[in-house]
Amino acid sequence: MKLAVLNGHVIDPSQNLDGNYTVLIEDGVIRDVTASKKLDDRYQVIDAKGAMVTPGFIDVHTHLRDPGFEHREDIESGSKAAAAGGFTTILCMANTNPVNDNASVTEMILKRAKEAGLVNIFPVGALSKGLKGEEMAEIGEMVHAGCVAISDDGMPVMNGRLMRHALEYAKTFKVPVITHAEDLTLSAGGSMHEGRVSTALGLEGIPAVAEESMIQRDLLLAQLTGHHLHVAHVSTRRGIEMIRRAKAEGVRVTCEVTPHHLTLTDEACLKYNANAKVNPPLRTPSDCEALITALDDGTADCIATDHAPHSQDEKLTGFGCANMGLIGMETALPVCLKLVGEKKLSLKRLIESLTTGPAKIFALPGGGFKKGSPADVTIFDPAREVTVQSENFSSKSRNTPWEGMKLKGKVLFTVCAGRVVWES
Amino acid sequence: MNLSTHHILGVEDLNNQDVELILKTAENLKEISLRPVKKVPALRGKTILLCFFEPSTRTRASFEMAAKRLSADTLNFSASDSAINKGESLLDTVRNLQAMDPDLLVVRHGFSGIPHLLARAVRCPVINAGDGLHEHPTQALLDLLTIQNIKKKIKGLNVAIIGDIAHSRVARSNILLLTKMGVKVSVAGPASMMPAAIDQYDVEVAYDIREVIPKADVIMMLRIQRERQDACRFPSLREYARFFGLNKQTMKDAKKDVVIMHPGPVNRGVEIAPEIADSPHSVILDQVTNGVAVRMALLYLLCGGKEI
Repeated sequence: MKLAVLNGHVIDPSQNLDGNYTVLIEDGVIRDVTASKKLDDRYQVIDAKGAMVTPGFIDVHTHLRDPGFEHREDIESGSKAAAAGGFTTILCMANTNPVNDNASVTEMILKRAKEAGLVNIFPVGALSKGLKGEEMAEIGEMVHAGCVAISDDGMPVMNGRLMRHALEYAKTFKVPVITHAEDLTLSAGGSMHEGRVSTALGLEGIPAVAEESMIQRDLLLAQLTGHHLHVAHVSTRRGIEMIRRAKAEGVRVTCEVTPHHLTLTDEACLKYNANAKVNPPLRTPSDCEALITALDDGTADCIATDHAPHSQDEKLTGFGCANMGLIGMETALPVCLKLVGEKKLSLKRLIESLTTGPAKIFALPGGGFKKGSPADVTIFDPAREVTVQSENFSSKSRNTPWEGMKLKGKVLFTVCAGRVVWES
Repeated sequence: MNLSTHHILGVEDLNNQDVELILKTAENLKEISLRPVKKVPALRGKTILLCFFEPSTRTRASFEMAAKRLSADTLNFSASDSAINKGESLLDTVRNLQAMDPDLLVVRHGFSGIPHLLARAVRCPVINAGDGLHEHPTQALLDLLTIQNIKKKIKGLNVAIIGDIAHSRVARSNILLLTKMGVKVSVAGPASMMPAAIDQYDVEVAYDIREVIPKADVIMMLRIQRERQDACRFPSLREYARFFGLNKQTMKDAKKDVVIMHPGPVNRGVEIAPEIADSPHSVILDQVTNGVAVRMALLYLLCGGKEI
């Protein structure tokens, strides 16, 4: 099986490629990226004229809801949503039912991922048994079964001693620990960012300090243990500044920012729009600005969507009771391209934070077009206008805050391991 | 003349002409309640659903009485006997009620924004009778009517709102309505009970209630919501009463003709000492009377009642 992507504008941050090249694929791996357009006739050809050709996108933060909450998403629909969004590799969080806190659940997720057969799925194992924050989960066995990181994402680890030892234990097995930084005693009862809008809407707020105080604790623990901490979905200016400082001091820390925290503010919650209810909450324009700067200067290592499907019944219950979370894989590219259009971010840096950036954090295969790399390719038209219509999503859920929005950027082809898994 | 809005979900829905129209209509309708036969046929044949998903005695009784004095049929629908306990979603319940073609929905709910959610699901007008910590617009309107009756003016008055501002929908609606109508509003209470972004409103903020009492023409005391309080915000009712309650001591420097209001029910001895609640300054019962008139006006204006 040979595939050639012709006439496209290739951006490969791993090799500093930025120009017109032909991408040659053979047996599921990259054979070459060349300026030559000459092919022998055994190639199947994708004409990428006018489009960008980049390494397959990687999303290190998704919730596939499988097993246990298949009415929201399952591994197959989540794989399709990923492919439709240009993602060829995704990490899925452990808050399933049963929780992915032991090797048998990890194995089952990987088996289902293989059956879906669309994109590469790497599970994240739970840090604590049942995500209860009390006893450490069987981290070693999960890593052997295929987990690439450890996290209680969704359930903050309030127990500092457990967090400390989990960092040490994970260090033994060479996987990063992802923190969902939130002090539950400070966020208790809150359903959106505490500020002007929460005051006006009469909703209990989640103060920025609930996140920042926990980021600070975990940065100190990363320093103490000398292990790699990855901070999920950083949403505040002070939070990202603390990470910048820690990096400068040599702490082993990486972090991600989400398309929604980069581009939306708490005003998206006006009129009690529960599709904008997410944790951490959408914050202020000043926070957005700080996150964009951090992404631009490399303080934020990657973009991750925190794709969190919920059914409409779980959202249309009134803002206070609605589940937290929004889906993001199928909108990530056009939403982030908005920042490029507004000249707040370079296209190259955007691609880097969707490819080589995340690959490096979790030592994942892919993320670049070096010879012999997995043939994961995303081909998109950055200028094509799209209107977000959740009814056309591949995801099972519809909880998007961008409904009806006119954006630019459309994924034309997604190629995973040399196979076309999405074609618009 | 008509209101500019289809629903009354919050004070934000009302412009100044709306407010004036509501007050004028309420003033006109007040007289009905003084007749031997307290009923006019203005809303005959109209059906009004009273959906109270949170316990309420006064507000519910006030709406029901208002509807009945205008000859509307009322149907009470409360959380305890609703199908919500049977696993039916709130939205399903309301869609079912909508299918019975009511002419107006009055909604109270413990969560902010529920009336807005329902207003999007039904065709008829929705009146917010209190949603979570958000708004209680009819309370603010009846408070305004009460102030106007007694002070004979609104603009330029000083009104102090005292208590748990953060958790009070009455405070939020009053701040919005009073500032809209040209009143100088100050709010006072412990800092742990102030909303995060109180500075977005055109109000003076004080933590010592003695700073706002001397210049106040009207003092609105808020009810301590015992059921909503947690021990992280204030230590005890005893201490609250001492520093933030109205009593002879804290009232020492108040104006001679100060008017004291409270949305009820009063926690006697907590936010107001009994001797103050029962003093001539108190207009708490006028508020209740005006409540019926204001709600009659709103039902009348939103249901398109005939000439009276």
